[in-house]
Amino acid sequence: MWSLIQVELYKIFRRPRTYIAFGAIAALIVVIQLGLKMDGNSYAAFLMKDINDTLTVDGKVLNGYLICYILLQLLLVHVPLLVALIAADMISGEANLGTLRLLFSTPYSRTHWVLAKFIAASIYTILLLIWLAFLALFVSMWIFGTDDLFLMKSNYVVLIEQGDVLWRYVGAFIFASFALLTVTSLGFLMSSLSSNSIGPIVGTMSAIVFFTILSTLNIPLFNVVKPYLFTTHMNNWKEFFDIKVNLNNEAIRGSILNIAKIKTSLLVLTLHIILFVTASVIIIKKKDILS
Amino acid sequence: MSLIKVQHISKQFGNLKAVDDLSFEVQAGQVFGFLGQNGSGKSTTIRMLLSLIHPSHGSIEIFGQSIQKNRAEILEQVGAIIERPDLYPYLSATEHLQLFAKVRKQKIASGRILDTLEKVGLAGRAQDKVQTFSLGMKQRLGIAIALVHNPSLIILDEPTNGLDPQGIADIRALIQYLAKDEGKTVFVSSHLLSEIEQLAHQILIIHQGKKMVEGNTKELLDPQKRIVQIKTMNDAGTLQVIVASSFSNYLLPRKEGIFLKIPTYEIPLLNETLIKAGVALLAIESKNALEDYFLQITSNA
Repeated sequence: MWSLIQVELYKIFRRPRTYIAFGAIAALIVVIQLGLKMDGNSYAAFLMKDINDTLTVDGKVLNGYLICYILLQLLLVHVPLLVALIAADMISGEANLGTLRLLFSTPYSRTHWVLAKFIAASIYTILLLIWLAFLALFVSMWIFGTDDLFLMKSNYVVLIEQGDVLWRYVGAFIFASFALLTVTSLGFLMSSLSSNSIGPIVGTMSAIVFFTILSTLNIPLFNVVKPYLFTTHMNNWKEFFDIKVNLNNEAIRGSILNIAKIKTSLLVLTLHIILFVTASVIIIKKKDILS
Repeated sequence: MSLIKVQHISKQFGNLKAVDDLSFEVQAGQVFGFLGQNGSGKSTTIRMLLSLIHPSHGSIEIFGQSIQKNRAEILEQVGAIIERPDLYPYLSATEHLQLFAKVRKQKIASGRILDTLEKVGLAGRAQDKVQTFSLGMKQRLGIAIALVHNPSLIILDEPTNGLDPQGIADIRALIQYLAKDEGKTVFVSSHLLSEIEQLAHQILIIHQGKKMVEGNTKELLDPQKRIVQIKTMNDAGTLQVIVASSFSNYLLPRKEGIFLKIPTYEIPLLNETLIKAGVALLAIESKNALEDYFLQITSNA
């Protein structure tokens, strides 16, 4: 099995297309970091304009931790589209190329190949996330320095001590990996249904957009299905940055306000991954390889 | 010993019966020619041999084991190219062989990779990406992938497609070498009789998914069983002359053209009879039975 994963990883990283996502993420992050470096104080003033009269914040608001939070908010919505570019092409791309029959006429079973391909696509996804984390978190910390994390929520503010921030990012990135692996597995399922490259990529992107709209619409009919949609849970990495307060309204260090929500989201995302991958294996096992 | 034993396999795609109750056996050490027009069911049969598609009916045994039940053990000893030489355009010839060597359970030495590229005449382009290869070079690389793990059964689907005459001769020589010197069993398909008859010990012709004829190549190409086609300016008149002559027993029923199955030694006499009867003779073309049969299938299709 390890040989198959190595083969699949080799193929992924020998394709020029693979590096588009790494390049796109780097370009976006660098542009945003540059913009905030040049004109960050105006941006911070704009963020604080509603609370300036009631609250005075000491220290550096626009620090590496806040920049990372801003970047994640902006990018984690779009990274799934970049993930789909590779994951949705893993099987259908080979069917289109005609190489799937070469792979499937080797002694390894189709289940082995499908799982190896999924694991390779997952490794790619996680590497993409590590790249994102490196640029968004560590490079921002290096450029902007560190201080307490000050976040503006819809009707309250959260202040997290700087010593209490890093582990939350670790948690957020681990959570984000589950969210992106769900996209990987969805792309994979789409890929198993088709023999051309473009269809599954567009299909995966369309499914993400469609379910994201359903998840955000506040219509009673849709509220019934919302808890079961993976898109409802994908953005819950933000829960790592909501903390409990004591009776004096002081933040409790090391706490998470709604850990149950994170657990539920992880469970729903994991079930989606299992469902999508199992469906892919069943489809491929039954399929006649004609292309 | 039968290396491949196919029994009554059929494959249905919707309303189309691509393979219809096909049975045959391939003996160890043989070059087995699988002949048929494009779309006759050759590739579907080969895909069933490699378990890429599942037969609707029937059974396939290779090395005495069922392909459905012992797929991994069987395919470990099989090398194949199927239809077109589709490869990864962004990888080199060497990288292809390294990747496919990696997915074999046995360890394949790097020297074997170079030897295999040498064998198919690609050693000089080993490091070049496949996107720079001609169709013929891709075909050679496809064959190299089939050979790299030293299989005992080699299945080649139209291996000379896209090759120039020299390339065709090279592949033919390679197949003969593999069978004769390395003792491999080679199952080779083609839509060209001329290709198969020079290579195969045994030939099977398939048409519209059905077996049409099967036999030993030497017997099928027996010069004593010649079939001649008489080409004239007036087929109807010529036919009357033949019917009235002692050659009438040799006439073969055909929709078009005049064909006789005649001993070779009687062909000069036939020629003389037709000339004497004033037939405006254009040619007497002699074919072997297999060629005639194949052409008959082709012309009726």
